[in-house]
Amino acid sequence: MKQAIGDFLVITKRQLLQMIRIPEVLIFATIQPAMFVLLFRYVFGGAINSGVSGGYVQLLMPGIFVQTVAFTLAATAVGLTADMQKGLIDRFRSLPIARSAVVIGRTVGDTLQNIVTLVVMGLVGFAVGWRPSSGPLKIFLAFLFLLAFGYSMSWIGILIGLSVREERVAQSLVFLTVFPLTFLSNAFAPTTGMPKILQYFAEWNPVSTMVAACRELFGTKNIFGATATSWPSQHPVAMSLIYMVLLVVVFAPISVRKYVKVSAK
Amino acid sequence: MKSIIAQGLVKTYRNGEVRALDGLDLDVEEGTVLGLLGPNGSGKTTTVRVLATLLTPDEGSATVGGVDVVKHPDQVRNMIGLSGQYAALDETLTGWDNLTMFGRLYHLSASATKARATELLEKFSLTEAARRPIKTYSGGMRRRLDLAASLIIKPKVLFLDEPTTGLDPRGRQEMWQVIDELVKGGVTLLLTTQYLEEADQLADSIAVIDAGKVIARGTSDELKNQVGGERLEITVEAANLAKAVELVKQVAGVDPIVDTGLRRISAPVNNGSNSLVQVLRLLDEAKIHPLDIGLKRPSLDDVFISLTGHVAEIETEVVTGKKKRK
Repeated sequence: MKQAIGDFLVITKRQLLQMIRIPEVLIFATIQPAMFVLLFRYVFGGAINSGVSGGYVQLLMPGIFVQTVAFTLAATAVGLTADMQKGLIDRFRSLPIARSAVVIGRTVGDTLQNIVTLVVMGLVGFAVGWRPSSGPLKIFLAFLFLLAFGYSMSWIGILIGLSVREERVAQSLVFLTVFPLTFLSNAFAPTTGMPKILQYFAEWNPVSTMVAACRELFGTKNIFGATATSWPSQHPVAMSLIYMVLLVVVFAPISVRKYVKVSAK
Repeated sequence: MKSIIAQGLVKTYRNGEVRALDGLDLDVEEGTVLGLLGPNGSGKTTTVRVLATLLTPDEGSATVGGVDVVKHPDQVRNMIGLSGQYAALDETLTGWDNLTMFGRLYHLSASATKARATELLEKFSLTEAARRPIKTYSGGMRRRLDLAASLIIKPKVLFLDEPTTGLDPRGRQEMWQVIDELVKGGVTLLLTTQYLEEADQLADSIAVIDAGKVIARGTSDELKNQVGGERLEITVEAANLAKAVELVKQVAGVDPIVDTGLRRISAPVNNGSNSLVQVLRLLDEAKIHPLDIGLKRPSLDDVFISLTGHVAEIETEVVTGKKKRK
């Protein structure tokens, strides 16, 4: 067990080293969500009548936070596919290390990267008027929540990364999975304008429950789902926790098993 | 003592349609080098992957260092080094980062890892490049670092899968030197290669593999004798073919093989350059000007063709290949 933790720390360290050796990756991974904050704030912010004090940006920030951490799985999937293509996964598999070390190291490494991204986004948000009003503890909890969500989503990335042979395929697959999730939600606009069936989906969508939970934790009234009566809409924090546990419980064992069996060719 | 033993290995893909390994038997004496020689797709890499615990065989068994690779893969992993066909390194990290990462993953202490990494970088002339990202390395440097990474724990058994494929002649020479030194250090090495020359240079013994089976085993001299020595090959104009065949037969002492389509005559000769001069002289006297003439040393193709009798098949493939391209 002690050895397994050591193995996983080495793999995590590798990812942190990558961040230091090519800082551009982290810089762009951070600029992109920061850019989204500005675009949504000034393009949609003017058009959408938010009806909350402090304006649209109060509703927007939790949405963008969740979208960004959901996309963690892109980094996870693409990074893993690249490692497989280069034969690096084969080499890891020929080493006397814990079977789960490589994939856990990857998910944790990607989550650590999210810390930097979230901090920068938070600062940009603050600069354009985002003012969370719930107090330091709840704000801290919200960020913890976001990191945990990103972490559990990255297990889907592991599965995608191990299932495809091409980085570009991994990328496309990630976009196909995550974009519908983030847009068929309450992240950027009220769900009430959607067709009935999509509304239903949006209410149960883990992204929606996460956004609602974050809005609650940041102290903003979630008017984008105000009329929804489904259980997830009523209990976003609990539902999000359930989703996170489900994601890890379902995808982690599948992914580890897949990792053990996978062969680059 | 045998360091590697494989018995009746079978590995199939696509529900048995492709038999990558088809009852492969192999053994390598401790401290010796076995060259696994075969063309692309013959099962070399699959063999290495099974022995290095990356792939579970459908049938058969294998031991490395006396330990069953299927039953106790972790024990096997503790004593092997593997360097694959492509340099399996983290390109964004430096050479130093890579070596220390692998050292730690082999559970060496931090100080032992550093000492070993320093030593290996020195040994493979990579000390100066140690702080540079791998992506700035040349092909030869990558391969050397990849090899260094597989040597971190001083493995008892080392697997090198086509260690020089894709390298330029200089890179190949450097790699050969490095491997040669390793072998002197007493490691048991299984090396796969497509090049007879490479097996010749590095291996104590060679196993020729085709369609997932070992079809011949011996030292390089033994194998070459099996194939025969040099061959004389001459191409002439169609009108002169019959006469030229007669002359070649005179020199070689046996009936030459004649390809009428290509107007090529080929015959085994014992004393290569002498025979060449003799034939040239006879041709000149007969006023025949060869379009092409030369001595051919046995190549992997020759070993392979003579062992498998695949010649007709291969030729058809080449012909249809050409047609398709047109």
